[in-house]
Amino acid sequence: MTTPDPMAEIRASFFIECEELLEALQDGLSMIDDGATDDETVNVCFRAVHSIKGGAGAFGLDELVRFAHRYETVLDEVRGGRLAPDHDALLLFMRAADVLSDIVRNCRDGIVTDPDAVEPTLRELEALTGGSEEEEEEEVCDFQPMTLSLDLGGCELPEADPAYEIEFWPERELFQSGNEPLFLLGALKELGSTEPRCDTDKVPDLSELDPEGACIGWKIRLTTNQGQSEIEEVFEFVEGLCTLKVHKEDPVPATGLPEISGLPSLEQGVSDVENSEPETQSSASPAENSAEVAPRMTLGIPEAPATTPPEPQPPQKTGATTPPTIPSIKTPPAAAAKPAIQATATKATVRVDLERIERLVNLVGELVINQAMLSQSVTQAGIPANSPVAQGLEEFMQLTRDIQDSVMMIRAQPVKSMFQRMARIVRESSASLDKRVRLVTVGEATEVDRTVIERLADPLTHMIRNAVDHGLEETETRIASGKSDEGCITLSAAHRSGRVIIEVSDDGAGINREKVRAIAEDKELVQPGQQLTDAEIDSLLFLPGFSTAKTVSNLSGRGVGMDVVRKSIQDLGGRVNITSTPGKGTCFSISLPLTLAVLDGMVVEAANETLVVPLGSIVETLKVRHEDMRAMGPNTQVLQIRDSFVPLMDLGVELGFRNPRDDYNGSVVLLISLEDGTRSAIIVDTIQEQRQVVIKGLQDSYGHIPGIAAATILGDGQVALILDPVDLMANATGKTRSPSSQLELAG
Amino acid sequence: MNEESLTQAESTDCELLSFRVGEQEYSVDIMSVREIRGWTRPTPLPHSADYVCGVINLRGTVLPIIDLSRRLAIKVEEASERNVIIVAHIRQQTVGLLVDAVSDILAIPESEMHPPPETASDNERSFVKALTIVDGRMLRILDLESVLPDQKQDAA
Repeated sequence: MTTPDPMAEIRASFFIECEELLEALQDGLSMIDDGATDDETVNVCFRAVHSIKGGAGAFGLDELVRFAHRYETVLDEVRGGRLAPDHDALLLFMRAADVLSDIVRNCRDGIVTDPDAVEPTLRELEALTGGSEEEEEEEVCDFQPMTLSLDLGGCELPEADPAYEIEFWPERELFQSGNEPLFLLGALKELGSTEPRCDTDKVPDLSELDPEGACIGWKIRLTTNQGQSEIEEVFEFVEGLCTLKVHKEDPVPATGLPEISGLPSLEQGVSDVENSEPETQSSASPAENSAEVAPRMTLGIPEAPATTPPEPQPPQKTGATTPPTIPSIKTPPAAAAKPAIQATATKATVRVDLERIERLVNLVGELVINQAMLSQSVTQAGIPANSPVAQGLEEFMQLTRDIQDSVMMIRAQPVKSMFQRMARIVRESSASLDKRVRLVTVGEATEVDRTVIERLADPLTHMIRNAVDHGLEETETRIASGKSDEGCITLSAAHRSGRVIIEVSDDGAGINREKVRAIAEDKELVQPGQQLTDAEIDSLLFLPGFSTAKTVSNLSGRGVGMDVVRKSIQDLGGRVNITSTPGKGTCFSISLPLTLAVLDGMVVEAANETLVVPLGSIVETLKVRHEDMRAMGPNTQVLQIRDSFVPLMDLGVELGFRNPRDDYNGSVVLLISLEDGTRSAIIVDTIQEQRQVVIKGLQDSYGHIPGIAAATILGDGQVALILDPVDLMANATGKTRSPSSQLELAG
Repeated sequence: MNEESLTQAESTDCELLSFRVGEQEYSVDIMSVREIRGWTRPTPLPHSADYVCGVINLRGTVLPIIDLSRRLAIKVEEASERNVIIVAHIRQQTVGLLVDAVSDILAIPESEMHPPPETASDNERSFVKALTIVDGRMLRILDLESVLPDQKQDAA
């Protein structure tokens, strides 16, 4: 009913682009940090900041413009070779990138950014360039949102005022609307020194001359310290009434003949793309909107594959006026010599509303269910397996599975964006702890369902902080033990047998098991003198209330750490494991399902109800024999499996579907193992099959049910509940024997 | 339906869907009713209130079913295929209400709806929003929100 505010939409897409630009910026900075010194990488960073600034100007986001402008100025210095990006400068750049992304985010959410968070970085940036008064002035002019960089690409910054070639052809309408070219030329003269030449080539014979027509044009060479936008401003009122071309002249005019100024020299490289932009605005599209779209247009440049020079720049929807400039786009020489950039070049992508994908995922879920129902009825109808119907159904099943996989792939995202966030966490926490830490990321391209990524960010942040704070030793200790003073944290992602493995490892001292044990005993988490294996001691870290930090820092060590981490990863259907080698470091390994939408489960029956048990938690299935069961409490039993005893529980009883039976001899038992190593045996009536099920949430429609994670729909159209073994065991009563009448009386 | 009666209905009348639970007649605002469907065996939910029969598959969504007879403490026979499920949208949530039969769609003027008398102290009191008389029979207008299971209680 309400028409969406077009401005809000543009704004929203600006912020999405900002995210992408910030990512490109981060990438560029880390490439420089890794030793990439070519101009192109610096340019990528510069352009990213520049585009953010341009867009921010269009939306009047002053604080963003201000910061981006300073940042850009410093990067420009680096680009011009006047500032060597040493390690410290790069750290500052990365911090500035963090601040920039903060401001972007605040602007998006309409929060005013705390100046205290910005100013220190801003001052540091200024300190690198020295002085800021000059820039302050420039900033004012820069407010013009369509300001586009004049000097992008490989061109050298000229020492003297740049010269512009302006070609100005008034059209008939210009005179009809009462404009006077003389005033315009006069206004240009105020900007700097002009050399106007009148072009009368198009003036026809007097006999053919249209007295009210426009036949003459001007070519003006303007030397000015003003920007291109100021020049265009002069012609603002005759926009659309004339053909205007403004070109920045090459500082060293190569073939500087004014006659071919329409075809700029090749050495200008990418800058022509930018320059041709205003040209279109003044001559072809008088629409004001083009200014708002302008920041988006520059986006294509950093991402354009460097190897294909004639690649039509997508933003160039300019039509007839630009073709002369397009052939002049040439590969920046630096990029051609840098295959690494090509490898990371972004693939063509489509931006799709998440809701549409969700819908598609749901529909495919329906399809899967429907297909299962169909095959069930085909089986029931007694159609032989070699009939065309059954064979067609077989193919249909295969197709459904393929479609399902493909749809899940749509939701998959590379973990890169999350890893970049983690890089920031490392920078911040290492700075506040005064440790030198390097983050190495492996497998950034690994794709994971975006819902998993979103929910993984918090636990991972915590683990990274822990690694910096507790995992890595103090610098002095490191040097003393013969390690590099710079600690190294490795964050890796990989696919392994249908799951995603994410590892956070450090090269610190490893877990001090004696200390861990002492603390655990001190906090009465374990019995003193209890026999514990190394792995068991390591997993003590995950116990609630455990914290090894002697002093509570603001980073980690509030004692709510690792158990929360483990809980949130378990909620995702994942597992965490620790491996630690004294003196070599610690590695936390998270194993996650690829998606939250489907689950491999075992379909079982208990008390005539069909239930699904997540396959990941089942260790083995067995049949109980009478002699393996031992009575424990008045109505609980344990099961002896090889050399250990595990608590026995009846699923039907635990879910309140029936009363305990007295004899469980011969019943089927699922041996369930939890992350913390605790095991229990769950009695079910029968095991039906093992299959993939589509997860349907219950939270929205009903709320949380103890012991139940979600629901699914089976082939017969019935809803089946999916068990949550962790929750089930936490609430288990363990009743497997009817309470004797004596006890009831006593109770 | 002619136009006159339509406009009339819009101005003052409230359209109600009436149904039977046991021997009693209830009704709900038709605007909150999404569809009416036949009975399918619900999958019971563990540890749920006794009036929650379970969940059914409504074209791919998991729909919780509330047994109105239990909720309103009306004695009826076990639910069977003769029962009907009214799918209603309440508080951003879709639930199914298990009733005995759907009887009619009625347009009742607002002025003829009376608040339930204060004297009632039984638990039925909070479920009935208003009372009205149709053809000499009392029709109870159900307060759908109060029929829903209390979210907080369930979470605990």
